[in-house]
Amino acid sequence: MNRVTRAIVLAVAAALPLAAQAHSYWLLPSSTVLSSPQWITVDAAVSNDMFQFNHNALNVEALAVVAPDGSRVAPENASKGKLRSTFDLSLTKPGTYRLEIVRGGIRANWKVDGQPKRWMGSAEAFAKEVPADAEGLEVSETASRLETFVTVGAPTALKTTGKGLELAPVTHPNDLFAGETATFQFLADGKPAAGVEVTLVRGERRYRNQQDELKLTTDKDGRVSVKWPQAGMYWLDADLEDDKVTVKAAKRRTMAYTATLEVLPQ
Amino acid sequence: MRNWIHVASVPALVGAFGGQALAADLAVKLEIPRLNVAEYHRPYVAVWLENADQNVAANLAVWYDLKAKGTEGAGTKWLKDLRQWWRKSGRDAQMPLDGVSGATRPAGEHQLNFSEGKAPLGKLAPGQYTLVLEAAREVGGRELVRVPLTWPPKSAQTLKAAGEHELGAISVDLKP
Repeated sequence: MNRVTRAIVLAVAAALPLAAQAHSYWLLPSSTVLSSPQWITVDAAVSNDMFQFNHNALNVEALAVVAPDGSRVAPENASKGKLRSTFDLSLTKPGTYRLEIVRGGIRANWKVDGQPKRWMGSAEAFAKEVPADAEGLEVSETASRLETFVTVGAPTALKTTGKGLELAPVTHPNDLFAGETATFQFLADGKPAAGVEVTLVRGERRYRNQQDELKLTTDKDGRVSVKWPQAGMYWLDADLEDDKVTVKAAKRRTMAYTATLEVLPQ
Repeated sequence: MRNWIHVASVPALVGAFGGQALAADLAVKLEIPRLNVAEYHRPYVAVWLENADQNVAANLAVWYDLKAKGTEGAGTKWLKDLRQWWRKSGRDAQMPLDGVSGATRPAGEHQLNFSEGKAPLGKLAPGQYTLVLEAAREVGGRELVRVPLTWPPKSAQTLKAAGEHELGAISVDLKP
C-alpha cells in the first residue's frame, strides 16, 4: 500500500464513526403541554427527516422518565416496530417531566490486514473484545443524551446532572412561542460550554425543499438564543469534543445532546 | 329570556347596583358567531385584562366544559387550547376560578359587567391595559382579539373590535 492509499484508508476509517451518526434519532411526544393529568404516547425513531419515521426504530431500553418530583415513571405498552418504537406514559403529577435516553460507551477503529474494523460497546466489553495492540487503534469515548419535555399545568424547574453535555433551560422548554426569543445554556460536566455548535431543524421536512436549519454557537457562558421563526416541532442537536476521558486507551470524548422542542403559535 | 339568564349569571352586575360612588365600570359585550358547520361545539372562551407588561391583571371570564365527561371535551383537558390564556394565567390557576369560570355558552351576544373594587376586576393601578378575548373551538379554530384601554376611564366611552372566525362583534363600555 503506498502512502497516499494508506492515508485515504485512514481517513475513511476516521470518518466511519461520523457516518454512523448520519441518521438522527428523536423522541416525538403526542403532546408537550397538558392542562390536566393524562396519557401521552411517544414515538422514537432514527431517520434523516426529523419526526418522520421512515428508516429505523430507536431502541428505547435506556429510556428514563423523570417526574417533576424526581421519581420515575414506567412506560407502558412499549413496542418496537420496523420503523418506530412507541410507548405510553401516564402523567399524573403537575409539573415538568423529562424523558431521557442517556448512553455512553467506547468507539474503536483499527485495522486487520489493512481492512478497517469498527467496534462500539461498553468500557468493560472494550477491555475484553478489542486487542490493546491492534494496528492503528483509535479509541474514543462517547456520551450522548436524548431528551424531550412534557408539562402538566405550570412548568417546573429542571435539574441538570453535571455529567456530559446538557441543556440548562433559561427559557423553559415547554414555554416556547413563535416570534419570541428563547435562551438555553449548554453545560459540559456542569460547566458552561462555550463555542458549541447548536443546530435546530424544524420537522415536516418532506413538505419543503431545503433543510432550513438554524445554526448557532454558544457564547462564553455557554448560551445560545434563538428567535423561533415559526411554530412547529424542532429537533435540537449539539455536539462537543474534549479530552476528559475515563478510559485510558481513549484520547477524545465526543458528547452529543439532542432534544425535541415544541414551539407553539402565538 | 336567554339574555336574562346570561346577565344574571354574572355576579359582578349585582355588585354594580350596590355601587361605590367612585367605582369605574367595565362592560364587555361579546358575540359568539353562529356558524353553519356540520359539527358544532361551543367554544372555550377566556377574557382577561393585561397590564402594560402583558402580565394578567385580572381574569374576567373563562368558559369551558365543567363536566368531567361532557360533549365539549373532558373538563380541563382542553383548557390548554386557550393557548395564551393557559400560558399567562390558566396553568398557574386552580380550576374552577370562583366568580370567573363558568360553563360554555351558545352562539349569540353575551354581556359581562365588571365594577372596580369588586371581584373579579378588583382594584387596578391607573395605567394602560389590554382587554384580551380568546376563543378556541373543538373541530374549529382559535382566535385572539385585543382591545387596548386606559384605566380608570376619564369619560364614558365605547371601544369596538371584532373577531373574524371564532369571535364576532366586541364592544367595551367604560364608565368613570
